[in-house]
Amino acid sequence: MTMTGPALPAGDPLLAPHPGNVRRRRAGGVRRLASHIPWLAAGAVLLFFVLAAAAPGLLAPLDPLAINPAAAFSPPGPGHFLGTDESGRDIYSRIIHGARPSLLIGAAATAVGLALALVLGTMAGFGGKRLDSGVGRILEVLFALPGLLLALVFIALAGPGVGTTVIAVGLTSAPGYARIIRGQIIALRNSPMVEAATVLGRSRSHILAIHILPNALAPIAVLATLGLGQAILWAASLSFLGLGAPPPAPEWGTMLSAGRTYLSLAWWMTFFPGLTIVLVAAAATVLSRSLKFRGTR
Amino acid sequence: MNAPVPVLRVSDLNVSFGADSVVRGVSFTINPGECLALVGESGSGKSVTARSLIGLAGRGSQVQAGALELAGRDARRLSQRSWRGIRGKQVGLILQDALTSLDPLRTVGKEIDDSLRLHSSGSSAQRAARVIELLESVGLDDPVHRAAQLPGELSGGMRQRALIASAIALDPALIIADEPTTALDATIAASVMELLGGLRRSGSGMLLISHDLAAVARVADSIAVMQHGQLVEHGPRDQVLGDPQHSYTRALLAADPAGKPRFARLSPVPASAEVPPGLPAVSRPPAGAPAAGVQPALRARGLAKSFPVSRSAPFQAVRQVDFKLLPGRTLGIVGESGSGKTTTARMALGLLAPDAGSVELFGEPWSGVPESARRSRRRALGAIYQDPASSFDPRLSAGSLLADAVSFGATRNPRSHTAKIAQLLQLVGLDPEVAGRNPATLSGGQRQRLAIARALAPEPRVLVCDEPVSALDVSIQAQVLDLLDDLQQRLGLSYLFISHDLSVIRHMSDDVLVMRAGEVVESGATETVFTDPQHHYTRALLAAARVSAGPGASGPGGSR
Repeated sequence: MTMTGPALPAGDPLLAPHPGNVRRRRAGGVRRLASHIPWLAAGAVLLFFVLAAAAPGLLAPLDPLAINPAAAFSPPGPGHFLGTDESGRDIYSRIIHGARPSLLIGAAATAVGLALALVLGTMAGFGGKRLDSGVGRILEVLFALPGLLLALVFIALAGPGVGTTVIAVGLTSAPGYARIIRGQIIALRNSPMVEAATVLGRSRSHILAIHILPNALAPIAVLATLGLGQAILWAASLSFLGLGAPPPAPEWGTMLSAGRTYLSLAWWMTFFPGLTIVLVAAAATVLSRSLKFRGTR
Repeated sequence: MNAPVPVLRVSDLNVSFGADSVVRGVSFTINPGECLALVGESGSGKSVTARSLIGLAGRGSQVQAGALELAGRDARRLSQRSWRGIRGKQVGLILQDALTSLDPLRTVGKEIDDSLRLHSSGSSAQRAARVIELLESVGLDDPVHRAAQLPGELSGGMRQRALIASAIALDPALIIADEPTTALDATIAASVMELLGGLRRSGSGMLLISHDLAAVARVADSIAVMQHGQLVEHGPRDQVLGDPQHSYTRALLAADPAGKPRFARLSPVPASAEVPPGLPAVSRPPAGAPAAGVQPALRARGLAKSFPVSRSAPFQAVRQVDFKLLPGRTLGIVGESGSGKTTTARMALGLLAPDAGSVELFGEPWSGVPESARRSRRRALGAIYQDPASSFDPRLSAGSLLADAVSFGATRNPRSHTAKIAQLLQLVGLDPEVAGRNPATLSGGQRQRLAIARALAPEPRVLVCDEPVSALDVSIQAQVLDLLDDLQQRLGLSYLFISHDLSVIRHMSDDVLVMRAGEVVESGATETVFTDPQHHYTRALLAAARVSAGPGASGPGGSR
């Protein structure tokens, strides 16, 4: 005779023998699908703007720089679906054409930050005690200054422009990455895996290049996605302050800055570029978080 | 409760997780004062069985039983609330690692007081007195002081005793101990096992779960052997040990290296395939006193190493260690955790520079030489570790790991050295198909075989083996030890073999060093040291090993 043994109260999360709890299982399936929606949506947003950056003419047939004084300050509607600015330029076309400089600045700044961090982090983590404390002091100084201030100082010294913006934003994000890379390298440096490679007669540079760096960089890739959104925000902030791309250029931060003057007259001049910046930065963050989640599972 | 009422009666217990049936038709009875040992490998279902008995089978489990009675009471339909009343009061549970079972932020006394307070009346002064009494009864010295300490301040053995004290606080009729001594050093394990045996004599029934048949043999009255979720053998201890009926029980008994002479086979399966062509077959030098003038493969003179723990008093991990490892032979280093075995091994491997003394590899200086000069000579010296998985680059497949080792780091493409990789895998008894797999998907035994294959790739003459089988089940341990024996005889390797397990060391070594607190307390030919120990510490270690092995499990020479 077989009976259902220790009958446990349903709802106890630890125990609970469930002879086929169909409703719960179905709910689980829906929930599993629902958990995919955020990153799918984020991916779609990013894909759209990457496409816009690659081939803006495909998505926006109008010239982003074409002046049409007769149509200045048209509200969103037919013809200009996100409205026009003070010179009658189509806002939608400008946003689409602005994707290339904005994303490029974001990606280039992240790359600059990572490269700098890789050098600093590797020196600190693998270069011995003296180098570690030296790099540590530099990082502490960089950390002590607010990121935007650091970027402003750099631009003040080097003069405004796209190239300077890239380097300035990269410089502000480098200390954070460097810390993480240093920690990863130190953890790996003392791992049994590195000891095994040493016993097999591998040189220090071989161990660093083959075993340490690739393993240290895997978690950094996730952070870089997060940093991409951050870098786009930084770049937009600098353009907003008039230190990025010069005004007629279709750049999101610059557009935001130009629209500020007419905020009470034409809200769409500020609202839509601002929304775009938020959308892209949020999408990068959501994507990064789901990548991280998949990595840790 | 009188004798006729068993403290636990289980019949036809079945546990499954979804479609996975992990326990099938298990039945047994434990009477007051009786100890049943449930023995099996990891994954055999023994822990799930124990957890089902106290209503903790886990999420998603389906538990069915023909009967499940605790002290005569049907426990199959108990509510969660009634289970809480039973756990602790009628059933005490002792787990493997006391550090994870005890709250690190609460004192030991408080932890024990908790169970007293939840289940019984009594003033706080009465309870405090009872806590001290309990700590004393489990053999902790200075119980008043111990009660005020945090689990982290106690050693492993003391923690395990404290955990036992909390499990027996309410005088439960049944004690379930899941691998209670597996994480402990031999001498400590023996005394904890003795303590558990004493509890049973005071009238409690006990279910003792272990992967190590020899370890539980002494305290158990009856033994149940579990394999693939079923009891394959169940009977009184002497009958199971003396006249095992099932082939699996016989394999488990044979796997125990205690009392098995050098090179005697421990596992039924062949350790490795035929010697693959292309590898030199070197015969092992005959045993006995080595001829004078034989150059040692590895020689250490006066090794010392300290680590800066605090500025005032550095921790002296190793002092004055001398040894000589002759070609084709095995030197065992035995000692408990903290004895300096691993530090010695790391100095021998040239990973750690000694503070004093020197190491020579084949007569040439090995320590005190810059790493760049050592690199080319490293091919002669390989190493295998306790946890092979952590010594592999997690990005690499098994084949890539071997390609890297075979090519001296030039490539990680397994297609570049297909033949040599297949040969190495065959040599350690693995299917060549393993090359395509990620080491994380291999079993513990397969991973250690892969680690051995990698160590052998540069064709070393000396292997340093640091606790190579400590993390493995007894039957897998037997296979790996057999493999190491085989490889030594075929390839003429010398082993520096480190283990905390005396029976493993005795089975594997020609010569032995006994270490304690960084010093060599005794050294010599293995049989001499083990049959005629001179130092009292060696004698204590041997006595402990004998206690945990028990009279039934010891083979010839084991009870001398």
